[in-house]
Amino acid sequence: MYQFQYFRPKSLDEARKLYENNGDAKFLAGGQTLIPTLKQRLAQPTALIDLGGIAMSGIKVAGGVVTIGAGTKHFDVATSADVKGTIPALAHLAGHIGDPAVRHMGTLGGSIANNDPAADYPAAALGLGATIKTTSRSINADDFFTGMFETALEEGEIVTEVSFPVPEKAAYMKFPNPASRYAMVGVFVAKTKTGVRVAVTGAASSVFRESAMEAALAKSFTPDAVAGIKVSPANMNGDLHGTAEYRAHLVTVMAKRAVAAAIA
Amino acid sequence: MPSVAMTVNGKAASGEVETRTLLVHFLRENLRLTGTHVGCDTSQCGACVVHVNGKAVKSCTMLAVQAEGAQVTTIEGLAKDGTLHPVQAAFKEHHGLQCGFCTPGMIMTAVDMIRRIPNLDEKTIRSELEGNLCRCTGYQNIVKAIDAASKEMKGAHA
Repeated sequence: MYQFQYFRPKSLDEARKLYENNGDAKFLAGGQTLIPTLKQRLAQPTALIDLGGIAMSGIKVAGGVVTIGAGTKHFDVATSADVKGTIPALAHLAGHIGDPAVRHMGTLGGSIANNDPAADYPAAALGLGATIKTTSRSINADDFFTGMFETALEEGEIVTEVSFPVPEKAAYMKFPNPASRYAMVGVFVAKTKTGVRVAVTGAASSVFRESAMEAALAKSFTPDAVAGIKVSPANMNGDLHGTAEYRAHLVTVMAKRAVAAAIA
Repeated sequence: MPSVAMTVNGKAASGEVETRTLLVHFLRENLRLTGTHVGCDTSQCGACVVHVNGKAVKSCTMLAVQAEGAQVTTIEGLAKDGTLHPVQAAFKEHHGLQCGFCTPGMIMTAVDMIRRIPNLDEKTIRSELEGNLCRCTGYQNIVKAIDAASKEMKGAHA
């Protein structure tokens, strides 16, 4: 790791000021991605601004919406009676990120702000049509995830909470890489008041919606409706863990299993 | 260099560290608590698991400065007055180790899961061990040891 300055602000205002006054600063949330990235010298910030000292965690359920503070740990989402009772698919997803020790540190805000192409939370945010609240505005999940490790967040903008509308039915199925536990492919399906949403992570450069599957599931919300849909490998990731064709095939398999789990 | 202060195994501990010093290096090098191991250094193997504020975390993926003011427990903090913690005793009894490198992390993870989950079954133990790798035992006796310790500790609290 290269050397950096470290700050632990007590408020969001202080955090933003520190960011403005430090040339190449990065925000540190749970650190479960950022610290490994720094160790590999894939990032070289001059300063780390630790958001861990700012009260931003908690889970509220009101008016058919589950709102989760950005600093809430994966473990707390996975074990929350409120989340299990309203969106069990979201608790299941959070409970399968990394491993127990990682879930004790990693945060919702950190995960979506980082937008790793194989992270789990982006699939839930996009699959449920969540709203991401930041220090300056609210952003629809459809507009938030813009590319590989890229989001609509501007310099110094901090995610403060995420609101997930409670769906009628939903499920998340992932095929994890056995070493890293990141998704080789993860599919989040949700039947909501405004339609069916299918979000895919791990397969391409960023999470995306699979519109052919959404259209098929809108007609019939059954595993068979997606079983015959072949996904093109053209934009899929290929690496030593699996080819683009393999991942394209997995999208259909995971979608089918997710729908089966959602209606079970 | 910034200074950092925390409570480690019930005692106040402090030292001068670089901001980039990992918690595991602070424990091993500043405090000479070398029971916590560095295996993969990529948060996959779990040899470095310690408890921070009562929760199992990977101390190779946390900065020492992030633990400012925290309550930290390492493998050295489990035995009391020369008596092994029930999980340590169960690992000994059930031969839950061979080379022993992964053992401190296995035990810290086991203590955490037993504390959180009242009725551990084999499947749950195995899934809770997802972040701890052992390259000797094939896990059978580790799972057996955790199962036995979990039952014994429940008995002790009943």
